Amino acid sequence: MLRFWLIKLLRTVVTLWLVVTFAFIVLRTSGDPVVALLGADARPDEVEYFRRLWGLDQPLIVQYLNYIVQMATGQFGMSLRDHRAVIDIIAERLPATVELGLTAFAIAAIIGIPAGIIAALRRGGVLDRLIMTIAVFGFALPNFFLGILMILLFSLTLRILPSSGTGTWQHLVMPSITLATFTAGSLARFTRSSMLEVLEKPYMRAAAAKGASFSRRVLFHAFPNAAIPIVTVIGLNLGQLVAGAIVVETVFAWPGIGRLLVVAVSQRDLAVVQGLVLVIAATMVMANLLVDLLYGLLDPRIREAST
Amino acid sequence: MTQPLLDIRNLSVPLPPGADRPYAVRDLSMTLMKGEILCIVGETGSGKSLTALAAMGLLPPNLPAASGEMSFEGRNLLSLRPKERRRLAGNRLAMVFQEPSAVLNPIYRVGDQVAETIRLHTDLSRKQIQERVIELFSEVRLPDPEAMLRAYPHQLSGGQCQRVMIANALSLDPALLIADEPTTALDVTTQAQILKLMLDLRQKHGTGILFITHDFGVVAEIADRVAVMRHGELVEIGTTDQILRDPQEDYTRRLIAAVPRLTPKAPADDLGEPVLRASEIGKTYRTRTMFGQTRRVDALKDATVSIRRGETLGLVGESGSGKSTLAQCVIRLVEPDHGDVVIDGSDFTGLTGSRLRDARQRVQIVFQDPYTALDPRQSAGAAIAEGPIIHGLSREKARERALELIEAVGLDRSAAARFPHEFSGGQRQRICIARALAVEPDLLIADESVSALDVSVQAQVLDLLARMQKRLQFGMLFITHDLRVAARICDRIAVMQRGRIVEEDTPQRLFTKPAQDYTRQLLAAVPGRDWQDGPIMNGAE
Repeated sequence: MLRFWLIKLLRTVVTLWLVVTFAFIVLRTSGDPVVALLGADARPDEVEYFRRLWGLDQPLIVQYLNYIVQMATGQFGMSLRDHRAVIDIIAERLPATVELGLTAFAIAAIIGIPAGIIAALRRGGVLDRLIMTIAVFGFALPNFFLGILMILLFSLTLRILPSSGTGTWQHLVMPSITLATFTAGSLARFTRSSMLEVLEKPYMRAAAAKGASFSRRVLFHAFPNAAIPIVTVIGLNLGQLVAGAIVVETVFAWPGIGRLLVVAVSQRDLAVVQGLVLVIAATMVMANLLVDLLYGLLDPRIREAST
Repeated sequence: MTQPLLDIRNLSVPLPPGADRPYAVRDLSMTLMKGEILCIVGETGSGKSLTALAAMGLLPPNLPAASGEMSFEGRNLLSLRPKERRRLAGNRLAMVFQEPSAVLNPIYRVGDQVAETIRLHTDLSRKQIQERVIELFSEVRLPDPEAMLRAYPHQLSGGQCQRVMIANALSLDPALLIADEPTTALDVTTQAQILKLMLDLRQKHGTGILFITHDFGVVAEIADRVAVMRHGELVEIGTTDQILRDPQEDYTRRLIAAVPRLTPKAPADDLGEPVLRASEIGKTYRTRTMFGQTRRVDALKDATVSIRRGETLGLVGESGSGKSTLAQCVIRLVEPDHGDVVIDGSDFTGLTGSRLRDARQRVQIVFQDPYTALDPRQSAGAAIAEGPIIHGLSREKARERALELIEAVGLDRSAAARFPHEFSGGQRQRICIARALAVEPDLLIADESVSALDVSVQAQVLDLLARMQKRLQFGMLFITHDLRVAARICDRIAVMQRGRIVEEDTPQRLFTKPAQDYTRQLLAAVPGRDWQDGPIMNGAE
């Protein structure tokens, strides 16, 4: 057991290190941050001053080592732009993204999973085809497009929902629905195919032969078995929600870390970008850990193999 | 006359339009009395399983509704409302299925799964239910019933899973038990135990049992009466003695004649030089258990076998005895830990890369399941010609050889252009054999190659293998769990147990004077021995 979690932990650390390193390489090779910050026609001595101030004049390998040490000790540094601690900036924005992400996720699960179950039970029927058509739309429609359509309809034409900003529950409606459609669509599809597979299993027949009712067979015998692939998709989508938030937060001017990231990248605010990348990678890794944990809870065979 | 327990009258189960025949079951009538065991015997497609499923209301939803009547305790099972059916199912009417390990829900403890049945139909308290489950588990002779409650299905053997399912079926003392091939997936010794268990339970509870099987040996062991079905229709029905010893219908006679028996094959003479010499092959698997300890499983311990040209060596044993591992080590699909394999005079053990590939041409394998062993998008002719082409024969010549082989295995030349789904299981196995023989191997490994086939088809395929061997003089390593099949085709039989070859001899000597207790147990467990060894035998060779 201990060994299993130690390996998991080690893997987590390695994943985070790879992400952080990748972020470092990309940001240092895509242009000079000082020039981006000060503008192309800044005076050379100014550029030189800031370079020295931020340690950018040192050899790349030294910069990298310093950076890794800082990341490992939780010092994300100061924003190049407004000289506040990166950690404070992120902490200020994170709750908004979590609020949006979790709401969207709840909507996606509440709609997607039951829709997938119903489609599987009505395989080949009208309801199945209807649900699957909607699901395809759900994850084929780009986020930003759906968001703009909704703004056009509900804010500009009907004038019932605010088009941007935050504060009330009305503000949350459109961004969370926009963010949820993709996840709901893919959850519905995965739930359906997973349920279809399980419904064919011999133990489902045996459950009927016991005299178990239809709903009991579906909810107690089939769904927990079908849940394992669904949990995998949920894990992937939890990470996706943060990535998806980048677009949605921009469209709806939602003050979360998605928008912060866009702004920080365009301004080459290295410290902020690096911090955000680490936060996003950490959520992905946490989501995966959660999935591993859930696997074990769901399936005794996995529980045994992992101990 | 007493009322029958189950009265089937004019049962018809239609097939959807487009199927190869209009009915899966047609106009079937039979009765089952209280405390009686009625066996329905038939080959694939006879409709025997669908008859069982119709009684349980478990017919596949894509089939049109069944017609006729199946009356049980005053009700027609075919027209029950869902609520009524739920009250009967698992309670008065219970079912045991074919694949015991797949029938248990993998994520729940087996004790809870049996308890569920009791909870669904009674108001017993949790504690009373648990006591009842423990009682049931000891009745079906599961080891350590209390610990068994907390076990998950994957921790049990197939035989143990089937005992759990039987305990589940008996939990509410049903009047009728429907058993659909309950022992087919089990080893012979386990099968013998389960059959005995069912006989005991019938004795004790007076349960009527509708027992579906394809195996006349099993019928001889368990049935009071036998119904023979073919293509969805009843061929004949009678007492076990009548059907087994004096069948009236040709079809029944042919089926019984095809049942392999423990009559040893005449010993072969004029055997050629050795084609396989495998000495002291060993393979150990290490698995990690809970708490991180390593557990060693000796899959194979110093197994030594040799086969000469034109000779067939049988490997028999129960699941887990190492017979398939040995075959896989010989062809090096599994890398043995130690030991030497010499094929046709040259060392096979140290080869790698292209030399291994070339050498593999000399060894071919025919698998158990002809449905998954062929590429569904490759025509039969292409599948057979592929091997020779890989090993350097021109396309022309390979095609010619494929056509020859297709004829040699008893199919029409036109079969070359057809695809696997157009063939029956037996035909597919013939194609697999032709494919294996196309590269002119010195050694053919048949891994349970006839186990999935109906008896009549099984007999044909065994004849085919013997005939091809006579013609091409390859050595054959024949793996089977069925001693009757081994008796029919093998020149020598090696009995395997827990990774060791415990005994090796000609069938003649092995069957009359087995040296090992384990061999004696295996022989005693062969179903239908008494019937086949009995004095009156119709339809014998």
